[in-house]
Amino acid sequence: MIGKLINRLLQGIVVLFVLYTLTFFLIRALPYGPFQTEKAIPAHVIEKLKAQLGLDQPLHVQYMRPLKNILLEGDLGVSTRLEGRPVNEIMSQAFPISIHLGLMSMILAILIGLPAGVISAYKKNSMVDYLLMATAMIGLCLPSFVIGPILAEYLGRSKQMFPVMGWDVRQVSTWVLPVFTLSLGYAAYLARLTRSGVLDVLSQDFVRTARAKGVSTVKILVKHCLRGGLIPSAAYIGPAFAGIISGSLVIEAVFQVPGLGRHFIKAIETNDANVIFGIVLLYGGLVTLGNIASDFLIAWLNPRSRAQS
Amino acid sequence: MTRISLYLISILTLFFTACQKETQVEKANREKILLVGNGGDPKSLDLHLVTGVIESKVIGSLFEGLVGDDPQSDTEMPPAAAVSWEHNSDYTEWVFKLREGAKWSDGEPVTAHDFVFSYNRMLHPELAAPYVEMLYFIKNAEAYNKGKITDFAEVGVKAEDDYTLRIQLKEPVPYLPGVTRHYTWFPVPKHIVLQHGKISDRFTEWTDVGNIVGNGAFVLESWKMNDHVAVKKNPHYWDVDNVQLNGVRFFPTENTYTETRAFLAGQLHMTYQLPPDLVPKMEKEYPKFLRKDPYVGSRFVRVNVTRPALNDPRVRMALSLALDRKSLCDTVLQGFAPADTLSPDLGEYQPESVVGYDLEKARALLAEAGYPNGKGFPRYSILIGSGGTRSTSEAIQAMWKKNLNILFDIQAMDYGSYISAQQKLDFDVTLAGWIGDYLDPTTFLLMWTEGNGNNNTGWHSDTFEKLLDDAAHSADPAERLKFFVQAEKLLMEEQPIIPFAWQAKTYLIQPKVKNWHPLLLDNHPWSAVELNSEKEAP
Repeated sequence: MIGKLINRLLQGIVVLFVLYTLTFFLIRALPYGPFQTEKAIPAHVIEKLKAQLGLDQPLHVQYMRPLKNILLEGDLGVSTRLEGRPVNEIMSQAFPISIHLGLMSMILAILIGLPAGVISAYKKNSMVDYLLMATAMIGLCLPSFVIGPILAEYLGRSKQMFPVMGWDVRQVSTWVLPVFTLSLGYAAYLARLTRSGVLDVLSQDFVRTARAKGVSTVKILVKHCLRGGLIPSAAYIGPAFAGIISGSLVIEAVFQVPGLGRHFIKAIETNDANVIFGIVLLYGGLVTLGNIASDFLIAWLNPRSRAQS
Repeated sequence: MTRISLYLISILTLFFTACQKETQVEKANREKILLVGNGGDPKSLDLHLVTGVIESKVIGSLFEGLVGDDPQSDTEMPPAAAVSWEHNSDYTEWVFKLREGAKWSDGEPVTAHDFVFSYNRMLHPELAAPYVEMLYFIKNAEAYNKGKITDFAEVGVKAEDDYTLRIQLKEPVPYLPGVTRHYTWFPVPKHIVLQHGKISDRFTEWTDVGNIVGNGAFVLESWKMNDHVAVKKNPHYWDVDNVQLNGVRFFPTENTYTETRAFLAGQLHMTYQLPPDLVPKMEKEYPKFLRKDPYVGSRFVRVNVTRPALNDPRVRMALSLALDRKSLCDTVLQGFAPADTLSPDLGEYQPESVVGYDLEKARALLAEAGYPNGKGFPRYSILIGSGGTRSTSEAIQAMWKKNLNILFDIQAMDYGSYISAQQKLDFDVTLAGWIGDYLDPTTFLLMWTEGNGNNNTGWHSDTFEKLLDDAAHSADPAERLKFFVQAEKLLMEEQPIIPFAWQAKTYLIQPKVKNWHPLLLDNHPWSAVELNSEKEAP
């Protein structure tokens, strides 16, 4: 088990290294540099700026420098767009907010999605099933940039129940709309995955045996079906969790949440290399970890996959 | 079942207690804090490193220049850090008498040495200040900045004593007091900047919360990136007794729809910008909030005059005359005004109108240039950056098709590529704009000279540059303006840029915000803004 974990982590490091290299060259391929503003900056000033940031040095030096700084000192350098603000500071301000938003949304998605899926599977082909699955379908099809503004218009502006802009860790009301909007799509997908997983298990022989022995429905569902029925969802949750944190860009824009996503978009728009590296590596690390966690969760839920490996 | 209902009730209670009773604006009215949508997060508060309008709003609350802004008039020049100023007969030398007793927000006196230090820092070659050209009015400033001279003593800025600042200019600048209202001319605290690094150190912590010290009406209280910048009243400000607000909060409202929603939900006193497509709705439903103020900005079609066909002034004039500017402004550019010159209203300067909507003439010119009814005209495209200009480009596309039978494609690029394509002259025509820094025609005209980084048309004219040069050396303000009128007329006859609209600032504002008047430069002195905290009659 430990050997496998170490193995997977090492693979992850290779992935991150490749990611860094790809990002480095993609940034170089951008048709604009970091000092491209609407009001042109004088040429001699740009030269100075490039020299200060080492952008006038040979490519291999430019490639190695951030890598060295990150590995040896954990220092991601400074942002060019934000006039020298350390990338570490930017990320440490924004990342906790992204994590907070992502975690709450994931929990809410699980709390909505799993029970809905189980109920739907148990009441297969009933009105309840159709209703739940139709809702889930709508949740999947409507993107958050449609749902978000609608919720904000109605609950925020018209009913004045929740703020429509901003994020305050100490004020629960500011979380409601972004968290709810972000969780909807994931809840819908989870509901569908759980339904099919549970249905799969419900048709197994051991469930029939349990029924014949007179085990109560609730017990069959919770004790016998849930574990096996959750495997598809578990495979999904790990990567989805990484995705929910990195994928909250839209929500951040709609509700003006000061998370990492907005920095990311801005950094790409302005060729702010160090910020791009920082965020790409962080997201890459999260996806890698999410996948590993998912694998281990499945191994725990499903004895067969343990035996296979 | 009872357990479930108990559970439900507790959740519902939580839900409703989370709801707001008093809106944030109501709370802020009580506390006399102004909640402002500022269109984005400042990149930095170091006034030597930034170039943007967003930054200027926050910096304007923290710092003050020699000459102040008047809440009601752009042309009024109230004293601020300076109490009086005089100039020599040809406007090349100015002496500013500073306010004795004025203090930085840490209690230290503001002296002429701070100003000299500030201009020295901005012009220092190693600092690489992007907006440095704003100081090139000063004698030898450009040479020092480009490293041609190394002794700052040769630059035309001297502190004659603690409260006398003498500025020598490279040419007559009768509008200098107006220029000093721009933040590039504000002072920075010498003692604080040097405490955190050398004069030329670019990335230091002097502007961090807790470190930054200013001479403005407010001091920095907190800055959470992409969340808000909060400033509070500066007890050391010389005119603190007349500062009405206890603080201002700037919100980085990039998404104008979110901003509008936040305003209507009671989270903002004013917005940065109303999306044009919401203007009709606001006019109908919330006229008491809606404001459309003229603004020193122009929108124009930039033409690459190195392209075949577009290199012919007759073609460019035809394209210009075929634009129905009025309908453009009535429909897609809500609130903007049809432009018949490049420079918008700048006070005394009155350029001659050259272009208009004249289809007959447009078609005749096009035929004369060899493209009767658009026949044989190359297939070009209109370049736009991502964002709100798509509908404008579509309207212009339709007008050119309908009126001249010329079809342009529309090519959209991300913002960085769009700017880059213009600077490399890698476009046919593009939608662009310009916002003035101060109220003088130079802010709109100087950029169309050969080699200027903001020209990006491939066009230049010796006659045009001669006129600008004559104006620069003219010590008679009226004569000077006449040269500019001629220069702009020439530019408009050539149409390397096809102006179509003068910008307006269209935004929402709570009626409780008082002493907020339309200003061309949109530089509202925060110290003069008032909040009426009385409950409104139902």
